[in-house]
Order: sequence, then C-alpha cells, then structure tokens
Amino acid sequence: MSCACALDDPKGIEAYVSSLVEKHGRERHSLIPILQAVQSRFNYLPKELLLEVSKQTDIPLSNIYGVATFYAFFSLDPKGKNMIKVCNGTACHVRNNKPIIEAALKVCNIPEGAITSEDRLFSVEKVNCLGACGLAPAVVVNGKVYGHVTPDKITALINELRDKEEA
Amino acid sequence: MADFKINIVADLESLKDKVSAARAAEKIRISLCMGNGCLAAGAGEVYDALKESLEKHGVATKSDLFDEGVKDNINYTHTGCQGMCQHGPLLQIDPENNSDKGITYMKVTVDDVDEIVEKTIMNGEVIERLLHKDANGVSYKNYKDIPFYQLQTFVTMKDCGRINPHDIREYIGIGGYLGLANALKSTPADVIKTMTDSGLKGRGGGGFPTGVKWNFCAKETAPKKYVVCNGDEGDPGAFMDDAIMDGSPQSILEGMRIAGFAIGADEGWIYVRAEYPHAVKSLGKAIEEAREYGLLGDNILGSGMKFDIHIKEGAGAFVCGEETALLASIEGKRGMPRPKPPFPAHSGLFGKPTIINNVETFANVPKIMLLGADVFKQNGVEGSYGTKTFSITGDIVNSGLIEVPMGTKMSDIVYKIGGGVLNNAKLKAVQVGGPSGGCVPADKADVSMDYDSVKAVGAIVGSGGLVVMSETACMVDVAKYFMTFTQSESCGKCTMCREGTKRMLEILTKICDGRGEDGDIETLEELAKAVSDGSLCALGKTAPNPVLSTLRYFRSEYEAHIYDKKCPAGKCTAFKKYHIIPDKCKGCSACARKCPVGAISGELKKPFVIDSEKCIKCGVCAATCKFGAIEF
Ligand SMILES: Cc1cc2nc3c(=O)[nH]c(=O)nc-3n(C[C@H](O)[C@H](O)[C@H](O)COP(=O)(O)O)c2cc1C
Repeated sequence: MSCACALDDPKGIEAYVSSLVEKHGRERHSLIPILQAVQSRFNYLPKELLLEVSKQTDIPLSNIYGVATFYAFFSLDPKGKNMIKVCNGTACHVRNNKPIIEAALKVCNIPEGAITSEDRLFSVEKVNCLGACGLAPAVVVNGKVYGHVTPDKITALINELRDKEEA
Repeated sequence: MADFKINIVADLESLKDKVSAARAAEKIRISLCMGNGCLAAGAGEVYDALKESLEKHGVATKSDLFDEGVKDNINYTHTGCQGMCQHGPLLQIDPENNSDKGITYMKVTVDDVDEIVEKTIMNGEVIERLLHKDANGVSYKNYKDIPFYQLQTFVTMKDCGRINPHDIREYIGIGGYLGLANALKSTPADVIKTMTDSGLKGRGGGGFPTGVKWNFCAKETAPKKYVVCNGDEGDPGAFMDDAIMDGSPQSILEGMRIAGFAIGADEGWIYVRAEYPHAVKSLGKAIEEAREYGLLGDNILGSGMKFDIHIKEGAGAFVCGEETALLASIEGKRGMPRPKPPFPAHSGLFGKPTIINNVETFANVPKIMLLGADVFKQNGVEGSYGTKTFSITGDIVNSGLIEVPMGTKMSDIVYKIGGGVLNNAKLKAVQVGGPSGGCVPADKADVSMDYDSVKAVGAIVGSGGLVVMSETACMVDVAKYFMTFTQSESCGKCTMCREGTKRMLEILTKICDGRGEDGDIETLEELAKAVSDGSLCALGKTAPNPVLSTLRYFRSEYEAHIYDKKCPAGKCTAFKKYHIIPDKCKGCSACARKCPVGAISGELKKPFVIDSEKCIKCGVCAATCKFGAIEF
C-alpha cells in the first residue's frame, strides 16, 4: 500500500488516496482509518491529501478538519524524523519525568513552545499513559519502549540517533 | 488454515482433549512474558536469544502444539502479562505441564539465556541468581510462593501469562468456549438471568450491573443490534485492559459472543486505544483464528447463531472512553459525548440498539457462563462481587498487574502484594480511579476495595489504577497533574468543563509556582462545584475530584504553598534553588558534565557555581555529587 508519491504530484496523490478508499471504504466511518493510514505514512496529514480525501469520499473538508484536529494522533504539521514520546502517565509523573522531557527538548535543540526541531530531525512529545507503568519513567523512541529512563539515558539515546543521522 | 473447523460442541470438546493431551506430554514448557512491561525491559531480544540458544544447543523444540515428533518435547512460547512488571522480563519454566513444580526467573537478560538453556533446561538445575528475592533476602523458586502472587485470585487474568495468546487451541485447551457452548444450549433470557444473578458490575468505571444493561437491550425489537467492547482504557496509570486484550484476547471475543446471543446481535466492535499496538495485533490475530475455526461467522457451534467482530483503533482522545463519544468515534466523527437518554441500549451505534461493556467485564462473562453465578459470587463482598484487576504503580516495590477479590484491603494490596513503599519510605497516599478518582491518605489505607467503601473515602474504584505515593509526592502537584490532564482532554462541548477546568488549572499552577493568594482555595472549591454541576458527561462531572479529595485530606499542604511559600514535600521546583556549597565542592566537574542544560560552570579543583537563570531544577547535579555539596 505504500506509495512513492511526492506531494507535488497530483496523479500520485490521487492514486494513493484511491487505494486507501478502496481498502477502507468511502463511508463516514472509514474516515478515521483513512486518516490513520495517511498519518502513519507521512507522520502528518498533508493538506494536499486531505483535499483529495474529501474529493474522493464526498466528506466535506470542514468535517475532515474537525476530525483531524480533534484526535491527538493526527497532526497537521510535519513531525520530526525521529519521534521521542515521553510518557506522562501518573506513575511516570510521580517518578519524576519532568527532567527527562526538559533534557530531551534541550538535546534535540527544540525551540521553546515547539515540539519539532528546526532541522526536522526530532520531535519530542509528552504522551498519555503508555501502560508501561512498572518501568516508570518510560519513553518511546521511534516505537521502542525504554523503561527507568533518566535524563542521562535519554541524552545518550538522542545523541546516538544524531550520530547515526550524521554518519 | 485451521486443521479443522469446530462445527458442533463435540468438536470443541474433542479439541480440548487433544490439546490437554499434547500439553500433558510436554516435558518442559518455557513461557516468556511479552507483556508491555517486559517488552520494554527487553523481552523481545530475550525471545530471539532463547530461540537461537535452544537451536545452538541442539535442544529439540516443538514446531507446533501438536508436533509429536520431537524427542525432547520442549515447547517455548511467549505469553501475555505475568504480572510482576517491575521485575521483568519474566520467564517461567514448567516441567511436565505442572506449574507447581515450575521455576520462575526474573530480570532475565540476553546474557543469561545460554546459561538457562545449559543448566535449567538441559539439566534441571536452578540458577539462584535469577530467582526473585524479597526485601528480606528470601528467594523463591516458584512464583506461586511469592507473596505477590499468593494473595491474588485469578479469574479474568487466569489464562493471561499461562497460554500462547496467539493460538486459539491453547485457549480451547483450558476450557475456552465452553462458556459460550453453555450459553448457546440455554436461552437468551437464561443467559441474562445468570448474568444478573452473578451481580457482575461493569469494570469500566461506572459500575453498572451488566445483566440489567443487557436486559434493556434484549427487550428492544430492532432487527439489527451491536455489541461494543470498550478497550479505550484512558486512565493514566491503568493497564489492566491492555494486558487482557494482549494476553487473553479469546476470552473477550467469547464474552462478546455470549452478549450477542443474549441481546440478539450479530455484529461486534472492539474499540482499542491507539497507544496499544500490541493489543490491536493480538486481537486481530484472535479474530482471524476464531473465524478460521468457525467460532466467528455463520452457525456458530451448530446453533444457527451468526456473529462477527471488527476492531476499531482509537486516535488518541481520552473522552472517547465515554460510551456515547466512543460510538461517535466509531462512526467517524469527533468523539464528543451526547446527552442520555436515549441510552445506547435503545439507540447506539449507527442508531441501533447497542450494549457497550468494558474489556474486563467481557472477560468475566465466559467464566460466569461456565461455572455459574454462584461460583462467581464466592469472591467479593455484598454489592461488589467477583474479582477486580488493579495496576499498582508509582512509589512501590512490586509495580505490576494484580487480580484480587473485591473487598480486599487497600493496605494489603500495597504492603503484602506490592511489597510496600519504595526505599522503605512512608506511605502518603494512594491515588485511585485516575482523573475521576481521588487520593486516599495513608491513615485510610485499610479501606476495603469495593465500590461503596472506596466512594465513602472520596475516591472511586474506577477502572482500577492504583498509584502509590510516598512522602516525596506533593498533593497540590498531583491535583495539578490531573487537572492538566482533564483540561487538555476536555472535548470542549460544555462551557463549564472547557473553561472551568482551565481556571482551576491556572489557580493550581499559580499555587505550585509560589504565587498563591488568600482566597484561592475557596475559589477552587466554588469552581469545583460549578464544573461538576455544569458538565454533561462524567469527564467534567468528576474532573474536580482529585482537587476535592486532596483538599479534604491535605488542605494544610495547600495552605503551606499559599501562606508559607513552602512545598512541604519538596517537589514544587518554584520553591527550590539549587546551589553549591563551596566548602564541600571538590571541583571535580562531575555535576557540570551531567547537567542537561549546561548551567554549571567552574574551574577544575575549585568550587563550581550554578547559574540559577539557566537551571531547570531537575536535581541531576545533586544526585551526581559524591560529596553532598549541592543542596536546595
Ligand atoms: C471520560 C470518560 C472516560 C471513560 N473511559 C473509559 C474507558 O477507558 N474504558 C471503559 O471501559 N469505560 C470508560 N468509561 C465508562 C464508559 O462510559 C462506560 O460506562 C463503560 O464502557 C461501560 O462498560 P461497563 O459497564 O462494562 O463498565 C469512561 C467514561 C467517561 C465519562
């Protein structure tokens, strides 16, 4: 199902969206699965694709926008290549996750108030409880869960990723 | 494809016998926990290493449950959560299908695997170092003797951690689907009666009697009805439903089918929260297998019953745990609650009569249909029958997942099962019921964990998250934490919930930042009432609970922040200022190297200084310094 369509290629976009519509349907209840597919493919919901989804499903763009902005998993802005999700569940809070978030933002060079670094290499987000409370504080780096994380450990993990990017 | 289809009950029984025989013949079964906690601790790597090591050592393992051609007859499998997450990865080695004789290893790493294969699997030797040791240094060979497990009673978690969740035959081998068979032999009315007699109440937080809910829906005459399973489990600090979906998915499917029979529905949906990718996978696999074996589809067990189940992944919105919001989300809309009535039992998914129950509620159903309402009622107390799963986390020695009879004392959970507070610290409070719940103070910790008693001390059983807090937890900070959560998860429909939580959060933030003023507490109390009164769904109605319960038991802590400009627990950083005591500093630069924000500078062998402008007060420097030269 993956597509190599670049966002400036209308034909590619059309074909990609039509493959999604074929798979999930064009009913209203197909919308979230379609957006989920787009989000996981691009790491965000590009405007060009939302326009095409609206066209092919006949769901008004305003409704699509409403759904896209309601759920935390959808983002209208591009995210970093490496995703660092710091769990903000109760156990992680009690076990002091704050310094971890601060260290991660700092090492990733993420401007204050933002979640993505300017070079788009990293995004750091606080996320709702991951259910790995036994290992609090927990962090997910590119889909892999790490437990008992310290500011040191997250700094080392991020530096490792950066080294890989630069190599 | 499945090697055979289960067409009638006799097929089910013969498969059960065949599985039992195959399992009985296994000389050794190795079960590695791959629940969320153990995975994060590296269970995935251990599994691969185990496979490789067994091959390398020439140990012949079964390629399939029914593979009888192997001489060693050793079977290794991954399982769902085995409970003691804090000590993962957990590995259970049972000889002759007898877990009483088994060996339980904890904190297993890739480096331990060869030794385990050589010593334990090939020679039956116990590796002392990998056994669980309690605080007194007593070590336990078999998990059943560990106090953590001894005080538990497993019903919904019974299979989780004991079977391969991705093999339907293993579920059938331990009596799976016999509950459904019993239901199909009787009538929908009888099933509802059994459910009502059992006294089972919904485990999703509301505590509504399940049989009564089913009866409402059964009475509807519509030709199309739905069964929906709520697997949204949004409460931070709760992961019971995840463990059941991941580790015992067939029990949920079986429960949903029994519900479908009782109310006359032919279609089910499971809504799983987006943060649980493993649960989604496991349920997906389980549905596929159930279809292959004929346990989903047309004419289930020869009864003429038709039923199929779909999975719907959430997209990250806590409010979607609320039943009407959840239904809207399945329909592809913004997940916003709507007024009730009409209740879903009357008009639910796509406008059709629908019952919606929690994961754990459904997991109880097959057991009730198999063993009867009376057996179910043997656990628990008047008004709260059966068992309940709890996740115990926070400042506790044995974080993990447990199941106990309702009515178990909270203090027994914390001290006997949980092993007490971390680092022998003093217990301050236990937060129960997540953002809708409250903090139960240490002197009320002997409260019985049943619906009524927990409510009487200002909290709720909720979905079952218990977060243990020691003296280092600041209660104002905890209230702020939950208010931050509900404020950001409020769907925005009701003004009081949307704006009121925001104002409450502002005041709490102000207090924690050292800017609290006289009158703040009173304003909080006033707002709490307004938010609760002016909200449609329980998200807003219960949002003030964490504030109210901490005010009820820890008012003096609020007052210390406001009037004395102090955080008694030492948690609120606004009241902290780190500095280096020059006389004690050896100028080793260890702190400067560890500081994540580069706020510490100095010349080697001379006292260093902290730039308080840059300092984020994380405390890493103080933890690093070997000379106790940094204080706040
Ligand atoms: C804000 C909010 C969040 C909720 N989250 C959940 C949840 O995550 N899981 C759940 O089973 N019930 C949740 N509920 C309760 C459901 O609305 C509903 O009562 C429950 O699914 C019914 O199932 P039960 O009777 O088996 O408990 C939530 C309710 C509210 C108001």
